[in-house]
Amino acid sequence: MTLLETEGLSRRFGGLTAVDGVAFQLAEGEIRGLIGPNGAGKTTFVSLLSGRIRPSAGRIRFAGEDVTMLPAHKRVGRGIAYTFQITSIFARMTALDNVKLAAQRRLAHSWAGPDSERLEAAAMDALARVGLAARAGGLAGTLSYGHQRLLEVAMGLAMAPRLLMLDEPTQGLSDEEIAGFVGLVRGIARDATVLLIEHNMRVVMELASRITVLERGRILAEGTPAEIRRDEAVQRAYLGG
Amino acid sequence: MDFGPYLLLATMEGAVGAAVLALTALGLSLVFGVMRVVNVAHGEFFMLGAVIAWWVAHLVGAHPALGFLAALVVAPIMVGLVAAVAERLVLRRLGYDPEATIVATIGLLYVIQQAALSTFGPDARPVEPPVDFRILLPWFGYSGYKLLVIAAAAALMLCVWWVLARTRVGLMMRATRFDRETARAFAIPVDRVYGGVFALGAMLAAVGAVLIVPIQQAHYLMGHDPLLLSFIVVIIGGLGSLRGTVLAALVIGMSDGVISVFFSPTLAKILATLLVAIVLVIRPTGLFGARAA
Amino acid sequence: MTAGGLDRAALLHLAVPALLFALQFVLPDYHHVNLARVMVLASFAAGYNIVFGYTGLLSLGHAMFFGAGLYTAGLLAQYAGVAAAPGFVLAILAGALFAALVGILALRTSGVSFMIVTLMFAQAAYLALHYFGDYTRSDEGFVVPAELRRLFGLALADPATRYFTALALFTGTLAVCHAVARSSFGRVLAAIRENEERTRMLGYDVFAYKLVALALSGAVSAAAGAAYAMLFGYVGAGLASIQYSIYPLLWVLMGGAATVLGPFLGTLAMFYLVDTASGFTSAYLFLVGLALIALVLFFPKGVLGTLRERALPWLP
Repeated sequence: MTLLETEGLSRRFGGLTAVDGVAFQLAEGEIRGLIGPNGAGKTTFVSLLSGRIRPSAGRIRFAGEDVTMLPAHKRVGRGIAYTFQITSIFARMTALDNVKLAAQRRLAHSWAGPDSERLEAAAMDALARVGLAARAGGLAGTLSYGHQRLLEVAMGLAMAPRLLMLDEPTQGLSDEEIAGFVGLVRGIARDATVLLIEHNMRVVMELASRITVLERGRILAEGTPAEIRRDEAVQRAYLGG
Repeated sequence: MDFGPYLLLATMEGAVGAAVLALTALGLSLVFGVMRVVNVAHGEFFMLGAVIAWWVAHLVGAHPALGFLAALVVAPIMVGLVAAVAERLVLRRLGYDPEATIVATIGLLYVIQQAALSTFGPDARPVEPPVDFRILLPWFGYSGYKLLVIAAAAALMLCVWWVLARTRVGLMMRATRFDRETARAFAIPVDRVYGGVFALGAMLAAVGAVLIVPIQQAHYLMGHDPLLLSFIVVIIGGLGSLRGTVLAALVIGMSDGVISVFFSPTLAKILATLLVAIVLVIRPTGLFGARAA
Repeated sequence: MTAGGLDRAALLHLAVPALLFALQFVLPDYHHVNLARVMVLASFAAGYNIVFGYTGLLSLGHAMFFGAGLYTAGLLAQYAGVAAAPGFVLAILAGALFAALVGILALRTSGVSFMIVTLMFAQAAYLALHYFGDYTRSDEGFVVPAELRRLFGLALADPATRYFTALALFTGTLAVCHAVARSSFGRVLAAIRENEERTRMLGYDVFAYKLVALALSGAVSAAAGAAYAMLFGYVGAGLASIQYSIYPLLWVLMGGAATVLGPFLGTLAMFYLVDTASGFTSAYLFLVGLALIALVLFFPKGVLGTLRERALPWLP
């Protein structure tokens, strides 16, 4: 079943067309890799999907519903979660409070907020899944860089999204941390569809069931990791670009 | 008086207010444009200029013109010094954080106001105009000094424009305003530029006050209205745009003068403040856009 | 956050009103009146703290919400003979509504623009009080008739009743702030203060949260304003001037932004600082100005904020 679909999606900034008539489909349950050379429009494309910026033209459908005009926070409510490329946690709150923030909107049924024990349990569960349970009480800003990236993922998990978009999640991580991360994303993919924007080819090839290549705002190629590896246009774009 | 001459009088009164307002608002706009901070004590620098002008004119005591000219030199320099000291001791230490600067300059506002009250006292005091001639129009006589104010303000603004657009100092200011870090990389002494801009902003307010004090009398609370009007002008003109600031000062100053003659000044102020709030909500870059001057 | 932390915080917030309750029996008359005034003004500061401290919005217009309460209660009593209790309720509603209306416009801006827009709205409101000076008596103000300053049959002008009513108001705002600080609503406000964009991408309607915070803040400020009119019997435009937008900022900064007890501590300290100073100099504005500058320079977290950072992390 198609979870997310775009039609003729475009975004222009002045004279520059960052995303140019993209038709993109994402099936429920897959891990999709999104790659492309620098300036290919990956971040703009993902920002259009998350609703942080508005498209100049085109439509976005999510789970059968047209969400093109829906503001970002409502898309999150529909199940589209996004973790930032630049670590963007609440540094002066505890790790636990960070994850609680991600979970409480989903668990709350009124302005009074969710039951505090259920919230605590859900937040601790998400922290445990990324291996940060022991750090729950520490201020998020004092965590190591690798742990902050994991906290971002835990916040994504706590939102229990249908689609989780991870923007450059392994940037700046050590090889060891990356290995752990690969296992983590596999676990996430059991409950959610994952769109992985990634520079690290090894990670993409290892994780993605299909890969979409963007170049100059258009889809250059799409296929399994093996097909993409063989694709001459992709090789040209990466080697010649 | 007939309506026509009455309107002429209102317009001339408006033009005087507009000229002084343009000078004062230019100072606020310059500080905001280059330093990206709002100086809430700007009106107090205005008041300080007027109060010092009274002291100087009084001390000189000779011919009114001599006293006034002395004040025109001494008051802005003293106010500029006060501003430079405040910048060095307070704003720089705050790292020009926008909100901390607002709070600190509110504090500065109280300190200066109290200083004026404690030394100058609560009374309004006049300074004699340096020239005493009236221009006789067919319907009424008009103070020649007021026309002089308009001319002086225009000349001063041209000076500021010349400094900004044509001199090395102006180039440094524009570079700093464009990007603080890059300016530093090009060996521009950003700290000194900031200190200078803050002092210059205060001096412009002080000059405006010296010009107005023969018409309006010096009083320790007189900084309030120029501050609010300057806010209004800077916002309408586009935060940080100098050309917009001058244009907006003329529009606001003129209409404030004209409306106040025909209607209740309070109502005029209410409408102006509401207008500004709405403009800021709808067009955060101001009516004249954010193009740099 | 341990359960012990929660209990300590709640106990502390119960202990302070209890102590204030006990104090009224031993305080000399002079301090009795002062403390009643401090409690009312501290409630105003607590309302301001919801927006400034917890949500991170620098408003310079809260005098209009304090004034909304003051004048709703005062004018209704003066011209319609409305008694204290219904006047108080209507004042709170007026404050919330006014704040919501201002918020719908002002919250479209942020940072310095928000500060200027709130300042401008408050200035327009203040000028409107003068424009309708025939009814409001402008800066001179008017005295609320004593026969209307009654609550449940007790005269509010009576020192004991006045003290007790002020204490009740203060305890109420303390409870509201305690609840906000501890709630998931408060957590979202803090998140907005820390990183607005991230909060939006967690699925929160940031505008709506800010609007509710501002309306709540307006309601609490108006409650304090109405109490001021009814307890001290005087209503004047000076109480809605820009000075009264700056005072709550000063009090909250001094006590500690985003702390529950900070606004009270700051109001108390500043009140007695000015009171003591005015014993030997009339230049009390020096004190206000220097306090503001010194606070942002050396003590930006205020008394309780610094205490929380250094020694008592559980402090709400």
